[in-house]
Amino acid sequence: MTNIMHILGFQQGGWGAALLAASSVTLALSVLGFILGAALGATAAAGRLSPRRVPAWLAHVYGTVFRGVPDLLTIYLLYYGGSIALTQIGTLFGSDGFVGLPTFATGVLAIGIISGAYQGEVYRGAYQAVDRGQFEACKALGLSRYQSLRLVIVPQLMRHALPGLGNVWQLVLKDSALISVIGLVELMRQAQIGAGSTREPFIFYVAAAALYFVIAVVTASVFRFSEARAWRGMVHA
Amino acid sequence: MKFSRLAAAAAAVGMFGFMHSALAEDAPKSITIATEGAYAPWNFTNADGKLDGLEIELANNLCERMKVKCTIIAQDWDGLIPSLKVGKFDVIMAGMFITPKRLETIDFTQPYAVDPGGFAVAKDSELGKLGVSAEKFNLDDEAASKAAIEKLKPLLKGKVVGVQAATMMLDFVKKYFGDTVEIREYKTTEQHDLDLAAGRVDALFAQRTALAATLSKPEFADYTLAGPGFVGGLFGRGTGAGLRKEDTKLKEMLNAAIDGAIADGTIKRISEKWVKTDVTPMK
Amino acid sequence: MIDFAFFLEIIPVLLAGLPLTLLLTTASMVIGFFLALLLALAQQGNRRIVIWPIRAFVAVFRGTPLLVQIFLIYYGLGQFRPSLQAIGIWWLFREPYWCAIVALSLNEAAYGSEILRGAIKAVPRGLTEAATASGMSKLLTLRLIVLPLALRNAIPNYTNEIILMVKGTSLASIITLMEITGIAQGLISQTYRAVEVFVAAGAIYLALNFAIISALNALETRLTPYRVRA
Repeated sequence: MTNIMHILGFQQGGWGAALLAASSVTLALSVLGFILGAALGATAAAGRLSPRRVPAWLAHVYGTVFRGVPDLLTIYLLYYGGSIALTQIGTLFGSDGFVGLPTFATGVLAIGIISGAYQGEVYRGAYQAVDRGQFEACKALGLSRYQSLRLVIVPQLMRHALPGLGNVWQLVLKDSALISVIGLVELMRQAQIGAGSTREPFIFYVAAAALYFVIAVVTASVFRFSEARAWRGMVHA
Repeated sequence: MKFSRLAAAAAAVGMFGFMHSALAEDAPKSITIATEGAYAPWNFTNADGKLDGLEIELANNLCERMKVKCTIIAQDWDGLIPSLKVGKFDVIMAGMFITPKRLETIDFTQPYAVDPGGFAVAKDSELGKLGVSAEKFNLDDEAASKAAIEKLKPLLKGKVVGVQAATMMLDFVKKYFGDTVEIREYKTTEQHDLDLAAGRVDALFAQRTALAATLSKPEFADYTLAGPGFVGGLFGRGTGAGLRKEDTKLKEMLNAAIDGAIADGTIKRISEKWVKTDVTPMK
Repeated sequence: MIDFAFFLEIIPVLLAGLPLTLLLTTASMVIGFFLALLLALAQQGNRRIVIWPIRAFVAVFRGTPLLVQIFLIYYGLGQFRPSLQAIGIWWLFREPYWCAIVALSLNEAAYGSEILRGAIKAVPRGLTEAATASGMSKLLTLRLIVLPLALRNAIPNYTNEIILMVKGTSLASIITLMEITGIAQGLISQTYRAVEVFVAAGAIYLALNFAIISALNALETRLTPYRVRA
């Protein structure tokens, strides 16, 4: 017991501070990836809902590929492929050096692309769940397309999207652990370093699991709170 | 104006290789060195997150000699060469052997250490009972090394051997023992160390100094180095610093610094401190 | 631009990992499904002493990354070899193959039990009341009315779960099991041709998913012919 306290403690040579710092990297990585995913997901949903074939098809392929291929494979693609592609683009514009993609940016990009594929499905479903009468009412009121989206449709859409987004968020948080394989020192990677250095893998992976669990529970309550707010004054059918 | 920029870009694409070597000719004032940070005692990460080990001390020493400002970073083993190529850093010092296969992709300095590969097993296993031998076989001397390998084969028949993925250690075991043992590939040596202690693998094949450091820990009291060491052949000329082919000036500077470190006994001193034996390459 | 020769070269290499991917998926699906069913049924009563530990198990496995679970089971439990040997279950944790299956099955049990619990809850009350009224025992009602309806309704959600399981098997590569993703990573670090390897390996996964989805859709259609014709 004293051994565990010593290893995970905050004194000199203890790993407590390192694990907490790494947790904040995990959180930052997940939040930024989720936001990027929201943008990609909204674009994909707009594509899927478009009456034109090409955007609909592209959005469909995007969703199918990144929801169907293991996330680890996507991460390897961006990690190894990203820097090579960036360097080539860089030289096209006359850049004299190599362009490297930092691991944190690679992680955000990977999580963004993967979660965007899932978020696209959530937004599409939520859009379709909005009562058709609302669209007609907008027209009757003479609102422009942008006005009706901003004032009427999106607020209602978010109401339907929140539970699904909560699930995607949990997925994002757990996926962020995979970014450890490309060397970013987030929570999982820090636990691995500690386990290797002290040869106490059990303590470190239990500690990592506990920290992920705490982050998941705390952030889930944020989603529950926003859901309750979004539905206030409404009666659940 | 616009046209000239476009033309410059086109020229840059066309003369990609040329441009780089031209730029790289200037002596760099600051460089970034990457290591793995998970290969004690050569390079590892301590609790404060700081890198330490033989190669870290040597890297700092070489930088002082070159009068260059150095930043040392950690990078996963299998990402080292791709990342070097795309310019995430300038030099690799990560216990990497100079091998013909790697020389197709990147360049190396002269070796700064020569350290044989060998097996670690349980003391009470057949190979363990044989004990450690001070003999070193050069794989370039086919007859002698083949005889040594044939002697080991029956002792390892059907055993599970752990090696680090994408290393020469893996290539060695595949080539010489592929028909005799079951191979397990690990991302880091720390992971295969844990699995030797857990009894999931019967033997490890790795650099002997790294194995010796692992075996000095109390939970490995029942394990030992066993059999002879192997050098040369697919292990190449030893451990060197990897760099991009076009960075010729940097290579010259590093080679000169390594010469200095060998000549004044710095490498001997650092290696005896970290790996308890002298790994200075023979000139 | 597209190097077909390279594809022809790597596809067979990648396909060598397919049997392992399939084995891991099937084994964890089957074991996970029965565990999930057990957990879902155990929660039908209202005994707190039964329900609370199950809820905790489900929350922990759903709330932590699969990668952490795999490392905890593989490297974490590896530390306790003497104790595990003493109780005679070390053989299970000795092999990376079984460790991966244990981790994936437990994960699957946690997610699957929630799907099945929801599906059982969704069986209309009138049906179970009618069964009780016609004198059927609880067990008989479960076997003849509740489970057939619940399992059928669970198919779409379970399909998604199986796809996630296929994706999850890729993590086995991190504990030395060379399945498709593990082989793909090796190929990328040897050839530095990330895009081609991704396309080839991705195509194998998508084909596998497509086969699973088609099979389960066909199963659902067979079980609910009236719904599809409507």
